[in-house]
Amino acid sequence: MINTLKNPANRAWIVLMIATGITWYLGEIGAAGTAAIVAMLLIAFVKGRLVILDFMELRAAPLMWRVLLEGWLILVSSLILIAYWISLK
Amino acid sequence: MNTIALDPAEHHVKRLPGDLAIWFFILAEMVAFAVFFSSYAFARAKNVEMFNLYQQTLDRNLGALNTLLLITGSWFVVLAVQAAHRDDQKSISRNILFGFLCGGGFLTVKVIEYAAKFGAGISLSTNTFYMFYISLTFFHFMHVILGMVILAVLWKQSRDGAYGAHNAHGLESGAAYWHMVDLLWIVLFPLVYVMR
Repeated sequence: MINTLKNPANRAWIVLMIATGITWYLGEIGAAGTAAIVAMLLIAFVKGRLVILDFMELRAAPLMWRVLLEGWLILVSSLILIAYWISLK
Repeated sequence: MNTIALDPAEHHVKRLPGDLAIWFFILAEMVAFAVFFSSYAFARAKNVEMFNLYQQTLDRNLGALNTLLLITGSWFVVLAVQAAHRDDQKSISRNILFGFLCGGGFLTVKVIEYAAKFGAGISLSTNTFYMFYISLTFFHFMHVILGMVILAVLWKQSRDGAYGAHNAHGLESGAAYWHMVDLLWIVLFPLVYVMR
């Protein structure tokens, strides 16, 4: 068990599964509005970052590639957030 | 920059897995999806009630199940790359195969979902929400298929002993593409199925 958890990919997989369950649950309870949107975007950000760092193995890659991919995640989340914020006005 | 470690075998050397070209390709794909995702979000801002109404007709359970399938498929392919680094030949091809099967599961679930929607007479021209839902998910669907073609090639080559501790480049490149397919769905699922 301890050895299994030493592998960052295994830890990432567990967190990704749980995070997906949380997003699904927020949908089930009909979560809507600013707090729900921010929460779901944060979850997507954490998940995306785990895929980038532990699945794509960019944790040990040249900084430029980490910045490009994590930057994509921040850009996409920000654009979605702005669009939803406009819709709430 | 790090100029001390010149030996590429040393672990602390900054290293991009796979070929540089695949990463430029991945970046181009991600930019295209960033445009689609923000187009959806801004189109929704102009039509909130309609998007909220029709979003409720989507099957969130199937969307979440597909997220789990892609994440698990991605995880298997990481295990395949790790197996290559320790020269565990059997484990490389077995994990690629499991990753491929997860992709097959995703496509099956998606076809069931599409069958229900198309069976109800929904098409690209039904309304703006469905136009986005169908085109975004179908564009992603095509990427899952391409990812599975890549995995099939990797599986065949791994069976021929093409990958190992000193030759994992091709495998890492294909794996990076497969993870991108997963990454895109991680944004697409909450955006189209859940956020309101």
